[in-house]
Amino acid sequence: MRRNAVAVVGAAETTRLGVIPELSQLGLHADAALNAMADCGLSPKDIDGIATANETPVQLAHYLGITPTWVDGTSVGGCSFMIHVRHAAAAIEAGLAKTILITHGESGKSRVGNPPRSVHPQSLNGQFEQPFGPMGPPSMFTIPVLRYMKRYGVTEEQIAQVSVVQRQWAAMHPRATFRTPITTDDVLNSRMIAWPFRLLMCCLVTDGGGALILTSADRAKDFKTKPVYITGTGESVETPMVSQMEDFTSSRAFRVAGPTAFQQAGISVNDVDHLMIYDAFAHLPIYGLEDLGFLPRGEAAAFIAAGNTAPGGKLPLNTNGGGLSYMHSGMYGMYALQESVRQMRGTSPAQINGAKISVCHGVGGMFAASGTIIFTNDPA
Amino acid sequence: MAEPGRALPAPTPETQHFWDGTKAGELRLQRCDSCGKNYFPPRPFCPVCASRSVSVFKASGKAVLWSYVIHHRPVPGFTPPYAIAVVQLAEGPRMMTNIVECPQTPEALQLDMELEVVFEAQNDKITLPFFRPAKG
Repeated sequence: MRRNAVAVVGAAETTRLGVIPELSQLGLHADAALNAMADCGLSPKDIDGIATANETPVQLAHYLGITPTWVDGTSVGGCSFMIHVRHAAAAIEAGLAKTILITHGESGKSRVGNPPRSVHPQSLNGQFEQPFGPMGPPSMFTIPVLRYMKRYGVTEEQIAQVSVVQRQWAAMHPRATFRTPITTDDVLNSRMIAWPFRLLMCCLVTDGGGALILTSADRAKDFKTKPVYITGTGESVETPMVSQMEDFTSSRAFRVAGPTAFQQAGISVNDVDHLMIYDAFAHLPIYGLEDLGFLPRGEAAAFIAAGNTAPGGKLPLNTNGGGLSYMHSGMYGMYALQESVRQMRGTSPAQINGAKISVCHGVGGMFAASGTIIFTNDPA
Repeated sequence: MAEPGRALPAPTPETQHFWDGTKAGELRLQRCDSCGKNYFPPRPFCPVCASRSVSVFKASGKAVLWSYVIHHRPVPGFTPPYAIAVVQLAEGPRMMTNIVECPQTPEALQLDMELEVVFEAQNDKITLPFFRPAKG
């Protein structure tokens, strides 16, 4: 794909984030979609492509009154929306659609209109993982980390620092769920969930949604919003079973998606002004920093603990507070994309002055999938 | 015996040999006849070279503790805190399991400790493979 041929022109989250029992999952998708259309002055008749996850594109097209010529129902977990952006950019370049809407909504906390989560006992997960007592991501996504800690000598205190630093960013965001500063001791004294992981090393569970609207760079110039160009993209998957990861200290899907995006963008990690790494749990930014090539293996935890990713640090990371403090509906990737777009528009409450390149890196499932999007506001 | 309520597997035609094996007191893996790769979970072809010529064999049952968490939340059939572990089998593949006959503490559960398989029947059809500290 060509760099900067497609841009985000509409971007919005749901009207509220947090606890929203008055809207179903489908309603949250729609609220976000309507806000994104209003953001860029479009109506459903202007949209000819739709992508979404959890709900089907059929549901959203019908509910919103859209007649698409292109649909994408890729649903591989919380990075599905990064992958939708990638597919949408390719589709617009190929002429399959002109204006594509990507929606997310999830009643993660209130559980209104969400299909129940279950693992079928005949699936590989149901046969070879579920009998041994995992109960959702807090007890699964965390399993590889002890191996990482032993290999590189990383401590629980260093992992706790990820949560501490991200809370500093969240404090700057009026819409963040948790804004009160925390200390390393607060994290290490919080309730044990799945040793070595404590409550404050795990993401929130909230309700919300978000939506993006993409069009060609040529058409983007006609919109009132500042175009945010897509300059690099990548995607991959590895395994649905965390026990079957090739390497417990690194994600293969990260190592494919990330470099693919950097290669397309024609940039190196030294060119990055702003970075989002999907943080369902506190170890994710550590794995992401290393697998994307920002740091050698084993050095990311110390890098974060030293304040390099904190406000004022040289590599601003998860500037909305992340899934650990901002919000996490279950499929957090859309909120990471929204913060990258805000940073490129210059409208984030935690704005990085002069930022021109933002990398947004997502994970799906338990290291099962990955999508990376590199944005720029300076396509020259 | 585990408490009632634990989620149990439902075998498929492609995995039946594994569950027949645990019931017979054997940990059965598969090996590619073409490239020699030992692999798990079960499938009727090699995930490295795609050969359909594969064999089932009895593994040694020896493993080392690769990684784990100690879960503190309630799950049907389990009494917290309990470890959810991944072991590395001597033949190469890794698998999720529980560690038995061992305190469920960070001090007792050391990565790379040597383990051996034990089998616990859950009902007439399903026997699960667990691992305990190796008795040398």
